[in-house]
Amino acid sequence: MRLEPRNDTPLAVRLLAPVAAVVAALALCALLIAWTGAPVLRAYGLLIEGAVGSRFALTETLTRATPLILTGLAAAVAFRAKLWNIGAEGQLYMGALAAVVLGGGMLNLPSWLLIPAVMLAGMAAGGVTLLGPAVLKTRFGVDEVVTTLLLNFVVLLLVSMLLEGALKDPMGMGWPQSAPVDPAAELPKLVERTRLHAGLAVALGLAVLLWLIDTRTIWGYENRAVGANPRAAAFAGMPVSWIMLRTALLSGGLAGLAGASEVLGLKGYLTLDLSPGFGYSGIVVAMLAQLHPLGVVGAALFIAGIFVGADAMSRAMPVPNYIADVLVATSLLCMLVAGLLARYRLRRG
Amino acid sequence: MTVTTSAMPTPVAARADGKAEVVLRLAGITKRFGPLLANDSISLSLRAGEVLALLGENGAGKTTLMNILFGHYVADAGSIEAFGRPLPPGSPRAALQAGIGMVHQHFTLADNLSVLDNVAVGTERLWRPWSDRGTAKRRLLDLAGRFGLGVRPDALVGDLSVGERQRVEILKALFRDARILILDEPTAVLTPQESAGLFETLRKLTADGLAVVFISHKMNEVFAASDTVAVLRAGKLVATHATASTDREKLAELMVGRAVKPPSPAPLAPGEPVLALSAVTVKSDHGRPLLDAVDLTIRRHQVVGIAGVSGNGQTALADLVSGLIHPDAGHAALKGETVDRADPAAMVRRGVARIPEDRHSAGLVGAMAVWENLIAERYRDPAFSRLGVLRRGAARAYAHDVIDAFDVRCPGPDARTQLLSGGNMQKLILGRTLAHGPDLILASQPTRGLDVGAVSYVHGRLLEARAAGAGVLLISEDLDEILALADSIAVIHHGRLTPLLPHDRVSVRQLGLLMAGHWDILPEIVDAA
Repeated sequence: MRLEPRNDTPLAVRLLAPVAAVVAALALCALLIAWTGAPVLRAYGLLIEGAVGSRFALTETLTRATPLILTGLAAAVAFRAKLWNIGAEGQLYMGALAAVVLGGGMLNLPSWLLIPAVMLAGMAAGGVTLLGPAVLKTRFGVDEVVTTLLLNFVVLLLVSMLLEGALKDPMGMGWPQSAPVDPAAELPKLVERTRLHAGLAVALGLAVLLWLIDTRTIWGYENRAVGANPRAAAFAGMPVSWIMLRTALLSGGLAGLAGASEVLGLKGYLTLDLSPGFGYSGIVVAMLAQLHPLGVVGAALFIAGIFVGADAMSRAMPVPNYIADVLVATSLLCMLVAGLLARYRLRRG
Repeated sequence: MTVTTSAMPTPVAARADGKAEVVLRLAGITKRFGPLLANDSISLSLRAGEVLALLGENGAGKTTLMNILFGHYVADAGSIEAFGRPLPPGSPRAALQAGIGMVHQHFTLADNLSVLDNVAVGTERLWRPWSDRGTAKRRLLDLAGRFGLGVRPDALVGDLSVGERQRVEILKALFRDARILILDEPTAVLTPQESAGLFETLRKLTADGLAVVFISHKMNEVFAASDTVAVLRAGKLVATHATASTDREKLAELMVGRAVKPPSPAPLAPGEPVLALSAVTVKSDHGRPLLDAVDLTIRRHQVVGIAGVSGNGQTALADLVSGLIHPDAGHAALKGETVDRADPAAMVRRGVARIPEDRHSAGLVGAMAVWENLIAERYRDPAFSRLGVLRRGAARAYAHDVIDAFDVRCPGPDARTQLLSGGNMQKLILGRTLAHGPDLILASQPTRGLDVGAVSYVHGRLLEARAAGAGVLLISEDLDEILALADSIAVIHHGRLTPLLPHDRVSVRQLGLLMAGHWDILPEIVDAA
């Protein structure tokens, strides 16, 4: 028996790879759950029930998936162009910052104008945050992994400074949080008396839109060419630097939108714990989805379900909800291995 | 004109007379790479003092066979015997110890070390705290003197010319007491004169009893340097002959599997100029001139061949005409209009068909479909997109037509490009560029790595375009290709370009001298013309 590279990976194998990766991750984490002494099957049963077992659970999972779809799209769009944006977390906070500044009473507009304006401002803030590293990359060849990663800390410290100072809510009892946004800027709820908001519709719409752009337009065509072989793209006459910058604006914009949507749809104000690492989880989402815009939706739902379900599980049995982080991280590792194996076939002899 | 071989030494008298000892025996070597049978039960033997030429097209399995011999690969079946003892498979160290030395096509030297260090590296014992440089140097100079391989032991390898580097590689093998020397396409990077020098060295080596295996796909070298020739085709050993008892046509037929006709361009009167470079200078990022005040005019119905040893400014010239770089001084004009700042897209719009040197990394996006690559230079054209939306149906239909017209062998427009063979990739690029009636064709190493069938297809298409009125700038390191196609030849050396020399007024010997930088002979050629 030996491995042999495939010329072409069939669609079935490409679809099966993430499923196999998730199954492998569940199997590996079963060992950890068994170690705590809890019954494995019951633990996974509770996890699934907690994720999708009721109306409440389902809306919670969808709410959690909303920012993950957006940051997942941000990562997928950038990674396809070989722009390694590790800074979605920072771009998300920049988007959220723009949302509380503009949505906090600075603009006096009716709801139907205010919401798009604030969301666009969030996108712009996120996009501009990534533009800097992208310009450094295209002009001087500076490694964007370093610059985007480090910018996350710069942005978090900036937000922290503003929340302790200029943006601090005078009515906030001394907590480091911003004043709430104008009620006119709040996103409508999709389901009454739940936390599920219109951000999900926006995220789903964008996933479909990006898929269409990717396959049907010359923008998507250029992006794929530059991502796969920038030298050949430049030789054929494509404006590679501009395509990179455009991709950076879009990727940062999607992450910024995730921040704006969390503020306008869920929290209503900005704190330093707005995102439990949505920017980083977006990378996992994108990898699980093999950078496919529609796959991102599925991967985001899966990861959101794990987190929400693990919370429910940990309330019912002595397994800490950190198992969700372990499960997600293991899924990513398994996915990387599965992605590699999918390019080979097993041969006898 | 006829290709003179006056620069080549006469062949050594065949020594494979059955008396010399057999030093190397390959028996039934078979190697598979997936579905590809790279070597199919090959058996060969080599005697002391013999030069064996291993002749075959690219992909025939020559390099694979030698890599198995040297232990880089392990054969699936078969055995190797060196000096009567079996050679353990898969161990370059064992091959070295058995007295086998290999000079790779791409040299394995460290630029930042001296010649002596490069030669001696790896021969010293690991735990000895000092090295015995004096002895090593004496030994190196002795070997160099004995075999006519002049080198300066203390020079940095980075400062040496390609020919000198090759001498260092050979010395490196001899320093390790190699008695069997394998040379992989040793003349690919040399001028004709340097090649002649190499053959001289080979003669001295074999006179000393060494055996040499010499991999090549060039016919005249086989006749100039070998005693025996073994022909490989598609992984099989199709014939082994004493070189003296065979001829070119026979070998070519064995190599390709059928008779081949050389291209025969019909004489055409050159038309109006399409490309005019006047005093164009291009500098590298470090300010070194890549092109130095180059003047060049190419007219319609004219193929201009640029001959030169690799790395003398050919890449810069090709990049300039491709629109990737711009002149730092001087002017470039296409059909009378200046193109000093034109980018690749502008060059395409102005009717330049560009065939890049490296089709894998610059020519095509391997991960994309054939149809996507075919429209890569004109996807903004209304035929292929409207308001930013690709017209995928139209693009696929167009791809179908080009695939048919240029005989690209592929499953269809949706096939992934990286699955195509090198020859079909080149046809794809020809289809992309030549289908639109170009005024100027830049053909940069257009047949490098292609098999003989694909080479003659590419040549035919270029000559067809010339007949249709295009000017062709042919940049090639293969002198035979230039001599076969070009109406005029210019030699490039250190970024400088000679005036155009009519192809029938210049000999291989003169071209070789010009390629090596002896431009003092220019007046005699230009005056004669």
